[in-house]
Amino acid sequence: MTIHQLSIFLENKCGKLSKVLDILSEAHIGIIAAAVADTSEYGILRMIVSDPDKAFALLKENNVTVSKTEVLGIVTDGCAGSFARALENFTKAGISIEYMYCFSVNGKSILILRTNKSVEAYEVIRKYRLDYISSSDLEHLMTC
Amino acid sequence: MTYWQEELETMNRADLEKLQLHRLKETLERANHSTFYTKVFQEHAIIPETIRSLDDLKKIPFTTKEDLRNHYPFGLAAVPLQKCVRLHSSSGTTGNPTVILHSAKDIDEWANQVARCLYMVGLRDTDIFQNTSGYGMFTGGLGFQYGAEKLGALTVPAAAGNTKRQIKFIKDFGTTCLHIIPSYATHLAEVMYESGIDPRKDTHLHTICIGAEPHSEEQRLRIEELLGAKAYNCFGMSEMNGPGVAFECKEQNGLHIWEDYVIVEIIDPITLEPVPDGQVGELVLTTINREAMPLLRYRTRDLTHLIPGDCPCGRTHKRIARLKGRSDDMIILKGVNIFPIQIETILMKFKELGSNYLITIENDEMQVEVELSDLFTDDYSQLQRLSKEVTRQLKDELLLTPKVKLVGRGSLPIQEGKAVRVKDLRKFS
Repeated sequence: MTIHQLSIFLENKCGKLSKVLDILSEAHIGIIAAAVADTSEYGILRMIVSDPDKAFALLKENNVTVSKTEVLGIVTDGCAGSFARALENFTKAGISIEYMYCFSVNGKSILILRTNKSVEAYEVIRKYRLDYISSSDLEHLMTC
Repeated sequence: MTYWQEELETMNRADLEKLQLHRLKETLERANHSTFYTKVFQEHAIIPETIRSLDDLKKIPFTTKEDLRNHYPFGLAAVPLQKCVRLHSSSGTTGNPTVILHSAKDIDEWANQVARCLYMVGLRDTDIFQNTSGYGMFTGGLGFQYGAEKLGALTVPAAAGNTKRQIKFIKDFGTTCLHIIPSYATHLAEVMYESGIDPRKDTHLHTICIGAEPHSEEQRLRIEELLGAKAYNCFGMSEMNGPGVAFECKEQNGLHIWEDYVIVEIIDPITLEPVPDGQVGELVLTTINREAMPLLRYRTRDLTHLIPGDCPCGRTHKRIARLKGRSDDMIILKGVNIFPIQIETILMKFKELGSNYLITIENDEMQVEVELSDLFTDDYSQLQRLSKEVTRQLKDELLLTPKVKLVGRGSLPIQEGKAVRVKDLRKFS
């Protein structure tokens, strides 16, 4: 029930991001969502891509510092308050959000979440029947 | 059979010193045929009778790299060039290169020296020895080549670089022993793992000879773990032929320096006086088994100390400790003496860090850039903790606070030759 996310260590140097993007573009790998956390020296680029296994292997081969992380994808309808309601359940269960970002596809807003307690987070999703998507669902969405 | 030359390797000290004195006297006579030493001997009133005991060696002045450069190319030749069969030369990036000449006997003796070292770490004629040193002028190539051939091993003169091909040879030929520069050894192992090869299971490697650049015990352990083989430290320098001057035995506690080939002194590089056994100083060597170009009391610029006591392996030749770096490599920053090896020792403790690093000195500040290893995770706070902890440990060791910068893999130049670890951008005027 998770989404495979790629996390990439990027130095704050001209061309570092381009290199990563070029590798993906040449291999015809699409970027579905991306977010950068930056510090004064480096950034961590987090991405959901169309073929994470292939992208991971290719980036490694090209000497990019990359790791795979499992994140949650919560689907909301994009109406006012929908994010708040989704997150409320995690807060009640004492789960913290380490980072989040979102993207829209086919009129739905998808919330990418990384929590400090993944097992408990799955429980919350099940218990409150939150709408979620996994990596395999993403492939369907992309072909629409 | 434990020894390549049991009688010489285990000779009692009194006999060994007698042999040294005999060979020293011969060396002095030979040296007197070179234009350089003829002049030195005249200026210092040295005649054959000056040397009555090994202690009298102190009456001879030191020879330095500058002397070799100033008498480039053949000023130290003690035999006619007709008797020489090879020369090796340094790169000469700063001024004239240094040239070392070898007679046919010298080449043979050198090969014997290297064979003795390889035999000591367990190599036999059944082994397959792959040499990743550059051939040509760099002595690590031909030096090991002739030594391994003398031993009778099957040699693979792969030469430097081309990592993919090195790995193919190791697998296809069943290489059991590698001679490799330590920084390149970790790189090679990393590439193997990335290509899905586990050197511990998928190769026959059992012995690694590492040398040519200073490295820490941590780096040795990492190489042993990565490659699943024993790693032995070797020391050599082109002025002393090349590889084979000193080598670790299976005890892995100090390098036996072959005293039937050289006389060892350790001096204080400032006062030039001998230091007590066990204290760090500059290694000074006198060749006593070389025809074409003897060197007397040559200042190597390498810092080390003698390890007191007998070695359990039974060899009586003195042991020097792993090199502390070259007296030239020392960085003086804000009045503190720093050796790159100190920094490396700390960095190697962290599994999250790779083996490639670069020290930059600019405006009296030190920056240490180090590549992350494969253990990079998505966790930002962990990265912050890592760089803080590395900074703290470096500060404890160096007594000044460097700026630690984590960089991605492949950001720093790949070290396929002798690693360049320090960039000093300060302007001295």
